[in-house]
Amino acid sequence: MPVRLTILAPAAAGAAAFVIPDNRVRRRLMVVTAIAHLVFTLMAFRAPARQMFDGALQLDDPGRLFLLITSVLFAAAAFYTAGYLKREAKGQRQDMVEGRIFSNSPEARFTGCLLLFLAAMSFVCLAQNLGLLWVGVEATTLASAPLVYFHRHHRSLEATWKYLLLCSVGIALALFGTYMLALSGGGEVSLGLPALMAAGPTLNPVLLKAAFVFLLVGYGTKMGLAPMHTWLPDVYSESPSVVALLSTCLLNVSFLAILRVRQVLCAAGQADFGNTLLVFLGLTSMGWAAVFLLRQTDYKRLLAYSSVEHMGILAFGAGIGGAGMFGSLMHLLVHGVVKGAMFLLAGNILAAYMTKNVSGVRGLLRALPFSGPLWVAGLLALTGMPPFGAFVSELTILRAALSEQRYVLAGIFLLLLAMAFIGITTAGMRMAQGQPGANAPEAGKREPWSATLPPLALLLAALLLGLYYPVPLSDVMTTAARITGGF
Amino acid sequence: MLSLVELILVGLVLTNLVLLGTSRIGLCIRMVAFQGVGLALLPLLGHGEFTPTALFISGATALLKGWIFPLLLFRSLESAHVRAEVEPYVGYSNSLLFGVAALAISVWLGSRMPLPGSGVPQLLTPVAFFTILVGLFGIVTRRKAVSQVVNYLVLENGIFAFGAVALHKAQFLVEMGILLDVFVAVFVMGIAIFRINREFDHIDADRLALLKE
Repeated sequence: MPVRLTILAPAAAGAAAFVIPDNRVRRRLMVVTAIAHLVFTLMAFRAPARQMFDGALQLDDPGRLFLLITSVLFAAAAFYTAGYLKREAKGQRQDMVEGRIFSNSPEARFTGCLLLFLAAMSFVCLAQNLGLLWVGVEATTLASAPLVYFHRHHRSLEATWKYLLLCSVGIALALFGTYMLALSGGGEVSLGLPALMAAGPTLNPVLLKAAFVFLLVGYGTKMGLAPMHTWLPDVYSESPSVVALLSTCLLNVSFLAILRVRQVLCAAGQADFGNTLLVFLGLTSMGWAAVFLLRQTDYKRLLAYSSVEHMGILAFGAGIGGAGMFGSLMHLLVHGVVKGAMFLLAGNILAAYMTKNVSGVRGLLRALPFSGPLWVAGLLALTGMPPFGAFVSELTILRAALSEQRYVLAGIFLLLLAMAFIGITTAGMRMAQGQPGANAPEAGKREPWSATLPPLALLLAALLLGLYYPVPLSDVMTTAARITGGF
Repeated sequence: MLSLVELILVGLVLTNLVLLGTSRIGLCIRMVAFQGVGLALLPLLGHGEFTPTALFISGATALLKGWIFPLLLFRSLESAHVRAEVEPYVGYSNSLLFGVAALAISVWLGSRMPLPGSGVPQLLTPVAFFTILVGLFGIVTRRKAVSQVVNYLVLENGIFAFGAVALHKAQFLVEMGILLDVFVAVFVMGIAIFRINREFDHIDADRLALLKE
């Protein structure tokens, strides 16, 4: 029952949010739903898997893991949003970039879409049928498009249009791939994951490979793998920070979609083909992102390119396979919480300094006594410094590559990580140090707790993941790595 | 002698060529609607059985692709008060040349990928590939946001044709989910076009070019 509620509760709350007239009631509903979702997820975490709708939906271990990170991030986002919406100015106001006048979308629509977005993501985590998986992933795009257009100015509209069109086209190709996958079984196999995996060795290998290419390009667009990532920096820089945080969940569930397809590929004995492509796309993304990280002047775009880089790391780890897959799943959790914290902090910085330029922000450590130090800690966590979790996960992936004797790949991986490290820390530390400039907030002004507690909690989780994994979690991760890695 | 399924597939190819060559957005919308109605017959014809499920899916597809989508698109075209011309980056004759090349490539690709299973016309893969290529080409080379949505639907039609003929065992839930998603996608895109028009007084997607490195 709790499994079902992870979809139904946010869906119902989302529908209700559209019609509730009172802002305060609606914000409370959102926070309560987020907590309830987290509780249901934790309850479902240990419960044995049960089939729903003839096995079309079922929470297996990969699903548990992805649902957990989605739920945790949404809970942080909900707390932050409640305060954020309260602070957002009503009516018309001036755009800080170009000075034009704009207003916000209705708050009811924003909250409603947030909750529906959560429902769609939970649906993807549960889907055991590649057709329904597609339906879920497309639903996440559609539910999140209005979120990007919260600030109604022309830049966010441009970002929304790019997002809608690029992702819809990408996902349409994934649908083509899904059909092709079903056809590789002669049209006699349903799209259910167990059926496809059982039919594995009998599937037509040519069609299967073609299907995987289409699915990888399609879901890869959504996951932000280069060179299909072009929508991502625009969306991240023009939408509210909360939406950027939730987009991290979105990238994650798209990764889950790719892993689901790879399960079929592994069952058919074609794992090597898929792994080669994943490694290639992974390194391409890391390289592409590294180049743009080195000369980035906008700190929200900086974080966006860092997401592209980290998605590359996930794909690389999955492509290396074995312990690399396990490292990839570890990295998924760590990156989720760290990137979530960083986006919320970026939102705080933006609210205080009113600029997205790296050069416009100086002396964060002095000007923002909470967000400043957290920002520095987040930078270290993001770039894989010990004792944060990313260090362990990146090391695991590297060791897996070395133990498979893929020294060249491991070398490139390390080089790209170093480039990204230089890019992110150069820009980020420049913002943290120095004397606050003229546009800095007055010293001693207290930051609202709803803006500082969620990133603090997320960074503590990242720290914890570097030191200790609870037994139930590591059990689920081991099984998940085995299932998605096909071992 | 062509079967009815093959006839519909040939119709898909011909309408695609019209889409590449015409300058009127209105005609494009009608062509896509026409494709949609033809495609709606495929779930019935593909397996030669008139089950209630197949009938329902067929009806829903016809309603959506043949009536609701054109309605939505004509609405957003009217609300935008724009000249109903496609205004492509690539001229019409060059577009048609692309069409011929794409057709050749699709036939070659189709011959490389013979479909397993009996009862699936060998025409299917080339036609699906061709329609997808035309849709992608249209999205890239047409300037107006409405044209981009129209070509998204062309792309979707190609995929739908492939799925409707090739799949016997897809569940009802899946088919309805896909239809619902496409519907909402077009709906949301329609709203976005309305907003673009309000914000910029035009719907040329090429002027949405501020965000870049």
